[in-house]
Amino acid sequence: MNVAKANEPAPAALPARKVDWAPLVLVPLLALAALPLVGSTATWTTLTIAALAMGMMIFIMASGLTLVFGLMDVLNFGHGAFITVGAYAGLIAAVPLAGWLASDQLAVNAVALIAIILVAMAVTGLVGYAFERLIVMPVYGQHLKQILVTMGGLIVIQQLVIVLWGPVQIPLAVPQALRGAFFFGDVAIEKYRLTAVVLGLMIFVAMQLVLTRTKLGLLIRAGVENREMVEALGYRIRRLFVGVFVTGSMLAGLGGVMWGFYRETLTPGMGLEVMVMIFIVVIIGGLGSVGGCFIGALLVALTANYMSFLAPKLALGSNIILMVAILLWRAQGLFPVAKRA
Amino acid sequence: MPEAASGSAAAAGAICAPLLALAGVHTHIGPYHILHGVDLAVPRGGLTVLLGRNGAGKTTALRTIMGLWRASAGRIDFDGRPIAALPTSDIARAGIAYVPETMGIFSDLTVRENLVLAARQGAMDADRLRWLFGLFPAIERFWQLPAGTLSGGQKQMLSIARAIIEPRQLILVDEPTKGLAPAIIANMVAAFRELKATDTTILLVEQNFLVARALGDNVAVMEDGRIVHAGAMAELAEDRSLQQRLLGLSLDMHQ
Ligand SMILES: Nc1ncnc2c1ncn2[C@@H]1O[C@H](COP(=O)(O)OP(=O)(O)OP(=O)(O)O)[C@@H](O)[C@H]1O
Ligand SMILES: [Mg+2]
Repeated sequence: MNVAKANEPAPAALPARKVDWAPLVLVPLLALAALPLVGSTATWTTLTIAALAMGMMIFIMASGLTLVFGLMDVLNFGHGAFITVGAYAGLIAAVPLAGWLASDQLAVNAVALIAIILVAMAVTGLVGYAFERLIVMPVYGQHLKQILVTMGGLIVIQQLVIVLWGPVQIPLAVPQALRGAFFFGDVAIEKYRLTAVVLGLMIFVAMQLVLTRTKLGLLIRAGVENREMVEALGYRIRRLFVGVFVTGSMLAGLGGVMWGFYRETLTPGMGLEVMVMIFIVVIIGGLGSVGGCFIGALLVALTANYMSFLAPKLALGSNIILMVAILLWRAQGLFPVAKRA
Repeated sequence: MPEAASGSAAAAGAICAPLLALAGVHTHIGPYHILHGVDLAVPRGGLTVLLGRNGAGKTTALRTIMGLWRASAGRIDFDGRPIAALPTSDIARAGIAYVPETMGIFSDLTVRENLVLAARQGAMDADRLRWLFGLFPAIERFWQLPAGTLSGGQKQMLSIARAIIEPRQLILVDEPTKGLAPAIIANMVAAFRELKATDTTILLVEQNFLVARALGDNVAVMEDGRIVHAGAMAELAEDRSLQQRLLGLSLDMHQ
């Protein structure tokens, strides 16, 4: 559904569209500032790549949440459940395909990995659809109830995971071909982390393309700003929202799979564990902004990684400090989303 | 509601029936009772001006027609069809476009993208676009800029352009001249004149009586959530005492 460009007269020379660079510069700035503190370039590179991988995963998990909030002001505290469900649903394919994952042929690994991801996304998509229907729809526009009800949904789903897969942690090995690291001198880059970075970037670029180049994407962005006007132009915001919710759930499921491989073990609480970080990312990015979510995820992951190396005792609080600092600079987040007055 | 009776009546009077008719419309916003039985008929083809003091309920009436507030009683018929129970998107698709008082521009989207969304049929028609550029040159000049960077008057023009990028039967416009410089108001009046010539029915909320008089074929005056006067614009324009009584002004004050 590309936006047609035919028939349009070429506009005269225009002032260039302004790009808000400051938040984008923050990422390399933070990384460079950490270099002298960390000292060793090799350690710094390892930390940075690990943080980028982590940041990409957080972005994938958080991107749906920010759009869901932007579009319908829905605070979905149950989003973490989709992360857990995604990781466990991946097992449905990972267990029978264990042999393929252990194969030393990249192609066989890749097929198994794709199968796992597809199963995870299909299941989280369905769970997300049901969650929206049964839990979120009845409480549109009621924030307090949303918090309580979606948290209730989270607990129920978490318990269901325990019933289906048990309470103990389940090991999940990274596919054979993605184990180990590339070495550049004394710098080691883990293959799986590199894969996560590439996959995350691909998803970010794909989302940006959809949001800026297709009519559907324009509608989503328009709806985040003013959903009444989208309705008044003749579009059903409700359908748009369900689509975004389901897609966001599927992305959380994908993030869950990637996160599961990264940790190499699954626990029923794994989704909840990252939710604090995800909320921080969504808030500092600017509620409803996918670009802000991306930059926010990278900043949060870099901060967490450097701090856990430099001052492990402060690591826990460092993201809160980051959030406060960013909100003092821009109270609406890195990329404030215009909202109807 | 007398569904059966109105069905046959609509068939009988289809030719001279108003394009839009509100009958006994009440609107509540939360605990507040805002519209108290609005009766309003918008004839086909012309421009009807809705006048009234601040807080009279003009915006609420337009929002109720669009389904953005729900009428708690009464009926709204568009082209002989009841629309009061339809979702806003269906009301829009029935052929009503809306230019809200707040303009409702998508500021993060470019001028072009705003229009792309308004053109539901797909690609924008080149002739129509050229016509729009003629009406509002700023639209062409700022084609690729984020709409948020436009001035207030330019945003107003974009909002109107969005409503007419494809032919619609009825356009609801809420105070398009608010805060505009006189030269821009003149431009706006000319644009509405041209729009009137295209067979589009317009319901225009307007505080500026000179603009209202220049454009209106018919007029309705609201007060405290009711229509207190409806008739031809010419009649109101000539009757100073009626103006004084309804609007608390006479034309002299504007000149
Ligand atoms: N969201 C709302 N909540 C409560 N009351 C409202 C709301 N919107 C409007 N009202 C009230 O409804 C009444 C009518 O408002 P409305 O905006 O329809 O008036 P108006 O005729 O458009 O006025 P103006 O000329 O100032 O735009 C006012 O008394 C206003 O205070
Ligand atoms: Mg108003």
